[in-house]
Amino acid sequence: MKLEVRDLGVWFADRRVVEVDSLELDRGETLGLVGETGSGKSMTAYAIAGLAPGMGARVEGSVQLDGRELTTLSQGAWRDIRGRRIAMIFQAPISSLNPVFRTGDVFTRALQLHGASKAEARTRAAEAMRSVSLSPDLLRRYPHQLSGGQAQRIAIAQAIALRAEVLIADEPTSALDVTVQAEILEQLQKLRTEEGIATLFISHDLAVVSGLCDRVAIMRDGRIVERGPVRETLTSPQHAYTRELLAAVPRLGEAGSAHA
Amino acid sequence: MLEVRDLVVRYGPVVAVDGVSLSVPKGPAGFGLVGESGSGKTTIGRAIVKLVEPESGSIELDGLDVLGARGGDLKRYRKGVQIIFQDPDSTLDPRMRVRGAITEVLRAHGAVPRAGEAARVTELLEQVGLQADHADRLPHQLSGGQRQRVSIARALAVEPELLVLDEPTSALDVTVQARVLELIARLREERSLAYLLISHNLAVVEQLCEQVAVLYLGRIVEQGAAALVLSQPAHPYSRALRAAVPELSEQLPRPATTRADPPDPASPPSGCPFHPRCPLAIDRCRQEEPQLREVAGRMAACHRAEDAVRGQSEASDQRS
Repeated sequence: MKLEVRDLGVWFADRRVVEVDSLELDRGETLGLVGETGSGKSMTAYAIAGLAPGMGARVEGSVQLDGRELTTLSQGAWRDIRGRRIAMIFQAPISSLNPVFRTGDVFTRALQLHGASKAEARTRAAEAMRSVSLSPDLLRRYPHQLSGGQAQRIAIAQAIALRAEVLIADEPTSALDVTVQAEILEQLQKLRTEEGIATLFISHDLAVVSGLCDRVAIMRDGRIVERGPVRETLTSPQHAYTRELLAAVPRLGEAGSAHA
Repeated sequence: MLEVRDLVVRYGPVVAVDGVSLSVPKGPAGFGLVGESGSGKTTIGRAIVKLVEPESGSIELDGLDVLGARGGDLKRYRKGVQIIFQDPDSTLDPRMRVRGAITEVLRAHGAVPRAGEAARVTELLEQVGLQADHADRLPHQLSGGQRQRVSIARALAVEPELLVLDEPTSALDVTVQARVLELIARLREERSLAYLLISHNLAVVEQLCEQVAVLYLGRIVEQGAAALVLSQPAHPYSRALRAAVPELSEQLPRPATTRADPPDPASPPSGCPFHPRCPLAIDRCRQEEPQLREVAGRMAACHRAEDAVRGQSEASDQRS
């Protein structure tokens, strides 16, 4: 598996919000895409997942999955790829589930759409639930009966069950408490080591990215201003903006405090 | 200065705050309230500014019984204690210019004569790091950080003694957050402010507060000097919270120290409310609710706090 992005531009009317020269993602790799509000990090992800045109954006440039161009695919062709080859999880896990369906119904239907029989779909859904340390019983619940952490783990379980090769995770832990975040990060790590999933991890949190990702790209005003191996980039940043971001992260144990 | 005693707040079947006592000294001083969603930290802040009615307990400001206060006393209290919310958009009228938003507060409290209003607005804007011409802007013409500065200017307009800061920077980008935190630190010194800082971010609390209380399911489980509690927590919940904070340049994920899902607040567990998630829980924890008591220089509500503290120092001995 290889995902390659070249000269990606995303436009809203005459305003270009994303201008990414290149991005690459290989099997089993986690790439962090970091930036502040309005940096274009989420829109980059939506463009890769083929969701940007539906939001009223015009996409130019190239996104290739194993050499197959995605930006020109029809909606029908996308259905075959999105979910099965490229899965996406979002910041608000509960609201990204359909409130009127039991989580299991949506789950097994997605598997059936991608060719599994009903019985097979049930078995695979239950297996995937166990692999994210959830009881398959939760599949009988409606989204509002789940905690945020449970809903996010179910979203990850769907990616596992569909044997997705690429996971696009848009701020998947930003709305969760830290103890819950720690569990989700553990699941994402497991997904990489056990399933070989490649992850594009979009986040504003440098600490999370530093621990989870292999490589990082820092975005500002739609462009990547710095990129490289995560440790190197965050310990000896070359770009002034990366340094500014790092300096702004409040850290425990070194209160440069008001009352010092 | 502010004394909260045995505060209980109930929302239907849920006891959101269950017997909390705390005291915020005269400024300059910062008191932090930390805990996860549903811990009751926001409800405590709202009870202090009288946005929610407690079921029982007392709140006193310099000897004034806040819950029973009426008339002039109540008006003075409302002037002396101001709140700043996480989302400045929820407090600013989108159709009102910054000048109007600040003047409104000045007039409501008769803070300055009309002739002095314009000068006072400029002065307040400058104190929060904005310029005089920001007064003519509408909220949507400002950035999120600037809007939060306007909320702070509005709160300061009436010279409060105490601010309740409810996640004041959680909706802001880190670079903007850093500047707003600097502003809070500066104002605290310049104006001898006291504040109750409600935050899920331990590092932010450590930076701005001397005292901290850790809340779990509406109860204070640990309380003491922020530097001590946040660096060497004694309660297993504080320890789990501390351990879950990701830090730069460190391999994640760390092995989880607690099961993540908090219990249903409508039917809290018996005994210690943390026992179902606690790695140190014993039978006693399931039966008997621990009370706050002095443990290694702070207050902690845990039957096994000594073991927790000992385990921690052993772990750090092994590391060194």
